Amino acid sequence: MSALERLLEMAGRPFGPGKPLHRFHALFEAADTFALTPPSVTKGSTHVRDALDLKRMMMLVVIALMPCIFMAMYNTGLQANLGIDPAKIASLEGWRHDVMRFAGMGYSPESVVACIFHGSLYFLPLYILTMAVGGTWEVLFAIVRRHEVNEGFFVTGMLFPLICPPTLPLWEAALGISFGVVVAKEVFGGTGMNFVNPALAARAFVFFAYPGDISGDQVWAAVAPAAAIDGYSGATLLGQMRQMTTPFDEQGLSWWNAFIGLEKGSLGETSALACLLGAIFLVVTRVGSWRTMVGCVAGTAAMAILLNAIGSATNPWFAVPFWWHMVLGGWAFGVAFMATDPVTSPFAETGKLIYGFLIGALVVLIRVVNPAYPEAMMLVILFMNVMAPLIDYFFVKANIDRRKRRGGGHGEA
Amino acid sequence: MNKHNREALLGPLLANNPIGVQVLGICSALAVTTRIDKALVMTAGVLVVTLLANVAVSLVRNHTPGSIRIIVQLSIIASLVIVFDQILKATLYELSLELSVFVGLIITNCIVMGRAEGYAMQNPPLASALDGIGNGLGYGLVLVLTGFIRELLGAGKVFGFVVLPLAKDGGWYVPNGMMLLAPSALFIIAGLIWLLKTVKPELQDKE
Repeated sequence: MSALERLLEMAGRPFGPGKPLHRFHALFEAADTFALTPPSVTKGSTHVRDALDLKRMMMLVVIALMPCIFMAMYNTGLQANLGIDPAKIASLEGWRHDVMRFAGMGYSPESVVACIFHGSLYFLPLYILTMAVGGTWEVLFAIVRRHEVNEGFFVTGMLFPLICPPTLPLWEAALGISFGVVVAKEVFGGTGMNFVNPALAARAFVFFAYPGDISGDQVWAAVAPAAAIDGYSGATLLGQMRQMTTPFDEQGLSWWNAFIGLEKGSLGETSALACLLGAIFLVVTRVGSWRTMVGCVAGTAAMAILLNAIGSATNPWFAVPFWWHMVLGGWAFGVAFMATDPVTSPFAETGKLIYGFLIGALVVLIRVVNPAYPEAMMLVILFMNVMAPLIDYFFVKANIDRRKRRGGGHGEA
Repeated sequence: MNKHNREALLGPLLANNPIGVQVLGICSALAVTTRIDKALVMTAGVLVVTLLANVAVSLVRNHTPGSIRIIVQLSIIASLVIVFDQILKATLYELSLELSVFVGLIITNCIVMGRAEGYAMQNPPLASALDGIGNGLGYGLVLVLTGFIRELLGAGKVFGFVVLPLAKDGGWYVPNGMMLLAPSALFIIAGLIWLLKTVKPELQDKE
């Protein structure tokens, strides 16, 4: 018996049945199984025995997110340091800049360490707050409903900060994640019961409640207007390209820059490369469905090629090729980490292909044709989340019909 | 007042609330609850129409052939709604513009039709009148509560008076834009139903 085991056993005693703290058993259970493997094993014969439990699956997703987290810290700092005029550094206010001065790190965009340090001052508070607020709701529901605290929130709590703009006020993020956890997940029964992605629902709440802080040209880089360099524009690449009035041509734009993701945008969404690394990891570990991802790629390509062929004299977006769509906005992050959420996508394997295809096609259609929404990824994935049970319904029905036919009319199948 | 009549008046307030328990009249509840004054006028409309329609339907209930009863009820309700709409236009013109089609749509409000068909056809005029008032008030209770939450959080005001000074006017409150969109009413009413069914567990659906 190790020291840790002895400690946990001792600490667990007051949480046992009939003991004073039994009501809060969920809290102890969470800490206990976080540190040690639970002693209870599956009995009976019908269960699949696999080392891949929910906890391990969630940790694999968090590992897959590591490149995006790194880019979130580096790129946020880089974009801020690029936008801040070195001559006006003294005018910067706020606790983040007090910390920057205290650490003596400087605002050089060339220094990787300085960029990561600056970026982490935006990513870490958002992440810690999300985990604290969302985790509190999670524990609260676990205690009231007397079930165990679920690991599902580790992923939601990691995804949500990555899809927020760096300048999002923290209280708005707290409201958003509360909405995502309570309304999108817990009222439907908790992890595995939600029908839309909680992280996206949280972002959608902030998007509709406080549109000024999560859209437009001012929020995508942590640069105070007073300290910005002359001629500074805060627009994302997608935002810049949406304002084009001349026919699309790639001059002055670098696809590789957009692919690597050194541009303004939501914290972890800018880098298609980081998302690609995460996606490969998810496919190799078979946590994320390759069918959904392939469907998205095919849908995006098909719709973009179709719109390229149709063409338009007034809307230059019709001419944007599909490989550009894939590196802009939240496309890569959404495809790799949001669309592949196993709970909110269809269960039928071929259904996942169709689901992905429709996500890809709808995103391009809305980006090109609808002027009201510059970026459609979030709302399209939420919309297809709602459609997923319908796709499953048709596949189940088709399977029943097929088996009936196989019966060759010998009674009811 | 005997037990039957008291039940007709007070039942629809909570235990048999038309929105909270029967989930009727949701469409107008989403549309007119951005402000309390709009919610109040709408409540007045539904209350008056339900009350008078119930009394009228109850009075003719023994002379109405079953095969044309829906037509009779609809003619009564539609006439009352048109009268209310005209009075509103004559007295509160600005507000009637903002409520636009939703006053006319009281004709199709499931509560009015439901009470006429489900209650007034079987009950005497007095009980029907009390039932009409009760349902109108029960509808209004949810509407005004929803309107209060939406106006307060969405515009920082109650009845048009500033309660939470807005940040753009030099105050501190950043308004929640979603509260001014119809979906927020759906969440708020769902929350109110959750609250009601927690307070009164006997209303919960049996598994």
